[in-house]
Amino acid sequence: MTQADGGRVRALLRSGDKVLRRWVEAAEEPLRGRLTTGELGRTCSDLLSVLVEATDGGLDVRTDAYAGARGFLTELSRDWARRGFSPTETASAVFALKDALFAAADEDGDGDLATVLEASRWVDALGLVTFESFARAREQVISEQAEQLLELTTPVVKLWEGVVAVPLIGTLDSARTQIVMEKLLQTLVDTGSEHAIIDITGVPAVDTEVAQHLLKTVVAARLMGAECTISGIRPQIAQTIVTLGIEFGDITTKSTLADALLHAMRGTGVEVVRRAGSR
Amino acid sequence: MERVPVLSLGDALLVSIQIDLQDNTVLALQEDLAERIVSTGARGVLIDISAVDIVDSFIGRMFASIAALSRLLDAETVVVGMRPAVAITLVELGLSLAGVRTALDVERGMKILRALSDRREVRQADEADADLVPVAEGGGPAAGA
Amino acid sequence: MTTSTGVEELPIRTGDDVVRVRQLVRARAQEVRLSLVDQTKLVTAASELARNTLVHGGSGTATVETLSRDGRSGIRAVFADEGPGIPDVDQALTPGWTSGSGLGLGLSGARKLVDEFAIDTAVGRGTTVTVVKWTR
Ligand SMILES: Nc1ncnc2c1ncn2[C@@H]1O[C@H](COP(=O)(O)OP(=O)(O)O)[C@@H](O)[C@H]1O
Ligand SMILES: [Mg+2]
Repeated sequence: MTQADGGRVRALLRSGDKVLRRWVEAAEEPLRGRLTTGELGRTCSDLLSVLVEATDGGLDVRTDAYAGARGFLTELSRDWARRGFSPTETASAVFALKDALFAAADEDGDGDLATVLEASRWVDALGLVTFESFARAREQVISEQAEQLLELTTPVVKLWEGVVAVPLIGTLDSARTQIVMEKLLQTLVDTGSEHAIIDITGVPAVDTEVAQHLLKTVVAARLMGAECTISGIRPQIAQTIVTLGIEFGDITTKSTLADALLHAMRGTGVEVVRRAGSR
Repeated sequence: MERVPVLSLGDALLVSIQIDLQDNTVLALQEDLAERIVSTGARGVLIDISAVDIVDSFIGRMFASIAALSRLLDAETVVVGMRPAVAITLVELGLSLAGVRTALDVERGMKILRALSDRREVRQADEADADLVPVAEGGGPAAGA
Repeated sequence: MTTSTGVEELPIRTGDDVVRVRQLVRARAQEVRLSLVDQTKLVTAASELARNTLVHGGSGTATVETLSRDGRSGIRAVFADEGPGIPDVDQALTPGWTSGSGLGLGLSGARKLVDEFAIDTAVGRGTTVTVVKWTR
């Protein structure tokens, strides 16, 4: 590793507005208008001042002196990853600083090979920091999206004061069922509801494990002081439950979500009456 | 060993578990409750476990035991505030706490205890009425309270 | 390949030690970001096994470490004693079976609450139960 104290690179960074202007110019090209010149300019200018400060501690980007700079780059990568920038675009914006530094070195007549190499290595290291945090940010975005998708496909909804329901649709695997059930139970606490309905009208079939999860959820709800009704059990699923010998015991089941809601509302003390005169 | 405090609230005893329960604490609480039910004539016991982050088979058994022994002493027990993660774990463990009444929170637990004690009063009033010669005007004193 | 870091050992000699084992397992499970439900399952299993070490084994130790394999993290907890050992492991693992006055749900329950479970026991020499829970 170089023992460089970074003096020359620091001097180049500080050689005036030209560095910033050139950097923005060089960075703009690969970003192809994804950012306004104004925004890019502000970002580069902020990053530049953080970097100038960091170089007081040398050129090793892993040291404490760079904590702030690394934080800035991580934030930047995360932000750009969310906005759909590619990793190449993000790293290119950082690498563009090289162009600016080389040009500055050239102009100052200080363009000796050692300085250029030093500057180049330093920017490469910064680029790597960006790349790494970009990858991490992307992973996070993907797992968040997977979670959001699950939220979208399995919404826990409040049907009535004190009654929440989750209409399940499609094939249930054990992992998904477990997550949905946890969410349903948490919603009971968050909304102070004493009734939960799991509607499986949209579920074509279940295996033993899924049936067990449904059952365990009902028992868990009971332990929490709530009642959980299962509605919309298809004949085929009823078959599964019976053939597998799963004890559904004293669990309340209703043929439709509407019946389950009516049952739950009665439980909360609401009586639904058809008004005289209406059909 | 830390002890769990037992508070008197009207004709109910209130236990709010705020500490990590070790086995001796659990046993001591069970004993304390039995004594306090008798000495105060309490008709209800409310155990708030909303701050409890794990319930294993030993602690779970305590709830069942307290419910059973309070029933022997003519009192009702309600366990309130069990967290979802704790409930899921207990079910997995194989404990369903049959015979233990539960409620979402303290307020609802108190409501259950009140409803039970109202029913008890109506029943007692009915029994008392039965001893009297029936008169035309009905309605025990506690009816509709 | 599985790598292990941060090995910590606690004695199990009193009921308070059992509480300390729970707290340690909880802290380590939070560190590797097990989901809340998985944390609760692991801590509950640890509580059952630490109690068995104390009650049936006389006394012993709990060793907790963080594992990492293929980008997943996990917690391993090992409960070891030099007590009487378990003569019939299958029987001991039967839900509801107890040699004493317990509920007989500790060993069988702990097994259901974790991802990996192993018992190493010999009559007269002692018992070691190892459990692992991985992040999802
Ligand atoms: N560490 C141990 N040493 C000796 N025997 C054990 C140990 N752990 C469990 N056992 C045996 O296995 C049985 C079942 O254990 P468990 O399911 O925890 O039930 P419990 O502790 O309630 O009896 C115990 O009753 C005991 O005989
Ligand atoms: Mg045990």
